[in-house]
Amino acid sequence: MADETNPIQVSRRDMLRAAATAAPVLAIGIRFGTAQAATTAPADFKPNALLTIDGTGQIALALPKTEMGQGVYTSLTMLVAEELEVAPQAIRVDIPRGESGLFGKLDQGTGGSPSLRGSWGPKRPAAAQSRAPPVRAAPPPREVPASEGRAPARSVVHAASKRTAPYGALVAAAAALPVPEKAPLKTAADGFKVIGKPQRRLDSRAKVIGTAEYGIDVRLPGMKVATLAQSPVFGGKLGAADEDAAMKVKGVRKVVRLPDAVAVVADHYWAARKGLEALAPSWEDGANAVATQAAIVSSYAEAAQQPGNAAMGKDGIDAATLAKAMEGAVKRVSAVYEQPFLAHAAMEPGNCVVHVKDGGCEIWTGTQVPGSARDEAAAALGVPVEKVVLHNRLMGGGFGRRLEADYILRTIEVAKQVDAPVKLVWSREEDMQHDLYRPFYHDQIEAGLDAEGKPVAWNHKITGASIMARLYPKYFKGVDADAVDGSVKTPYTLPAQMVEYVRHESAVPTSWWRGVGGARSAFVVESFVDELAYVAGKDPLAYRRALASDPRAQAVLDLVAEKSGWAKPAPAGRGRGVALLPTRGTYMAQVLGVEQGAEHGVRVVQVTAPVACGQPINPLGIEAQVEGGIVFGITAALFGEVTIANGRIEQSNFHDYRMLRISEAPAIATYIVPSDQKAGGMGEPPVATIMPALANAVFALTGKRIRKLPIAKALTA
Amino acid sequence: MTITVNVNGKDRTVDVDEDMPLLWVIRDVLGMTGTKFGCGAGMCGACTVHIDGEAQFACQTPIAAVGKAKVTTIEALQDNPVGKAVQQAWIDADVVQCGYCQPGQIMRATALLKATPKPTDEQIDEVMYANLCRCGCYPRIRAAIHRAAAAKGTV
Repeated sequence: MADETNPIQVSRRDMLRAAATAAPVLAIGIRFGTAQAATTAPADFKPNALLTIDGTGQIALALPKTEMGQGVYTSLTMLVAEELEVAPQAIRVDIPRGESGLFGKLDQGTGGSPSLRGSWGPKRPAAAQSRAPPVRAAPPPREVPASEGRAPARSVVHAASKRTAPYGALVAAAAALPVPEKAPLKTAADGFKVIGKPQRRLDSRAKVIGTAEYGIDVRLPGMKVATLAQSPVFGGKLGAADEDAAMKVKGVRKVVRLPDAVAVVADHYWAARKGLEALAPSWEDGANAVATQAAIVSSYAEAAQQPGNAAMGKDGIDAATLAKAMEGAVKRVSAVYEQPFLAHAAMEPGNCVVHVKDGGCEIWTGTQVPGSARDEAAAALGVPVEKVVLHNRLMGGGFGRRLEADYILRTIEVAKQVDAPVKLVWSREEDMQHDLYRPFYHDQIEAGLDAEGKPVAWNHKITGASIMARLYPKYFKGVDADAVDGSVKTPYTLPAQMVEYVRHESAVPTSWWRGVGGARSAFVVESFVDELAYVAGKDPLAYRRALASDPRAQAVLDLVAEKSGWAKPAPAGRGRGVALLPTRGTYMAQVLGVEQGAEHGVRVVQVTAPVACGQPINPLGIEAQVEGGIVFGITAALFGEVTIANGRIEQSNFHDYRMLRISEAPAIATYIVPSDQKAGGMGEPPVATIMPALANAVFALTGKRIRKLPIAKALTA
Repeated sequence: MTITVNVNGKDRTVDVDEDMPLLWVIRDVLGMTGTKFGCGAGMCGACTVHIDGEAQFACQTPIAAVGKAKVTTIEALQDNPVGKAVQQAWIDADVVQCGYCQPGQIMRATALLKATPKPTDEQIDEVMYANLCRCGCYPRIRAAIHRAAAAKGTV
């Protein structure tokens, strides 16, 4: 990976070209000060876990967050480049091993759009901290106060004397100096050279020539390849299996029986696959075999009749206050929304390589949680965590799926019985039918409106499986903080607001899914606000603008109105919908245009997407997240649904779990609102905003209000 | 059985069943991992390779069916001027996100541009429909194909 993504090979653009190529000139031309500017390689300067600068001046960043396509490989490198005053291409990016605490409080876990929000904190200081000793070491050592030194172009300049020395020449001296607790951060006022400038991805080349290594690409000497079948009914057990038939398949080496699964270990995937077919396992289905989609859906509707747990905390109101406010309303509007189970369906199917040996194991995989996955692996194997080494790899999509360690734990179960490294590869069908799905949600919502059509009372009850309760049982107090995120804090002024939560589980295992709680809430809140606008006889965008309390929300609404030409009527045959979202430190508004489409009822033709995400780090990366998130969200809203029959997931591959294809992708115009405020998240907001925007556009076009996803099913049923 | 197949200009002899898909011969036997496994059913295009210059699903091509045809994978695409232009366009248009589907996308786009040097959006859609991108890079894939078409024209 390191060779192929050698940042030096990546095209250098714009001002970065100047910055990067300036360094050698300085390195050759200027050397002064002490003997510590050595020509032989001195000890590396390693001020913290993130950064290493070697004697040649090569800077290496241990990427503290995981790369699954969202672009931290580039954006985090940019943050570091800014503080070290080098071109991003000059920094080598290494993917570190999974280890809890490796980066102190900065966890390697990557989910919920944390990377830039969190990094605006620790990563830039770490880089600034790294800059300080070379600056102070600027010759002669210790004579230059850190505050007087800058470090442009892989070199240190003493502002007063204009003396300059390259980083490489200062490594030895810097290594001998104490690393300060804190170093001054550059601010927008200093003039950012990297932050906010469009930067093409640093990992493109390896991905384009096919050398980028994903977990599934790992190959080791003596490695075997396995595939598996797991009980098709959740909670079922393995029954009979024709091991003799499987062993007769050429290349098959072993059958590994597990309580609820069976794996065939072979020389390559195809032999394992054929071995599994010959094995023809049968299953003891157990209690969940009776589970059906209709029964699950009904069970949520029934559970929603229970009293819920108050979710508003100290801002909560009691039932009497709500009732009084509702009584004061001129009009009351209520609705029930349902959102289906969803699979992640990352392009790279589940896989993991494990070698169990020497009282521990070595793991090679792509995971969003390298630290905690290693901890879980050690616990599963019953060994001290030091006995487990986890090598992380690039991920062919994450979307929350690789926040779970189940792929790793399953592979350990198999590898325990194999005297060699074993790569376990899930077939697409196994991957889709043994996911941990986005929860099914049932939302009841009611508003009381005054004579002007503005809400005077708001009553929202959310019923769903609790991911938080499963993962963090100690902290679960009856309300899933994720599920109610975006329902408690909406972008609107809502007097007499009540939000309640009911936890209800089904046989279907659930977990995080891109957009997380904010997206499920946004679909309900933004669809319902749209309903209220129509009931009030108001323009849906103007209605939101009047209710929006935050200036950033107002700003993105104004911008989306302007850029989408909202004031003009939609072209004939087109319906337009709008949605607004505050989440993960980011404000986003979208206007989306749909037209009639033959196959699925509608076709998305145009999306206008302004975003206020604080200080933009990489505008190109932000646009990529907006475009990709919109396509991801349209896929989910239009097609996404996983259903259960006889305790089994019915969908199995891309023919019955449809993805948007290129011909169905709309034109997308992204507008980034300039800002020097704290950076907001970008992975989730576009997904969360597009789903209600699409449903609202469908209403504008067809008059049909979508209260049950997916839309294609609702329109063609 | 022993089968000889020409991959990236070299004859390679492998001892595998004749129904083994080309994908697994390339990945697990020959050890070239740039061609990806996505669905195993010809529905996602992650495994797209060239067989005598035509874009094909390697997961749906039994090794015995390849015969004397020449197989090209992403690893050797740089040797082809059109392929190289497509790869450069992919970098310049900043297409990739997770990147997993991109070798397949690039193989298919290259085959498209060889057959249709200046494709319209409709022609791009018609051909690239075969390849899924879960990250949603479609707008940039389209832009990169136009970019490669323009670059090729100026060579």
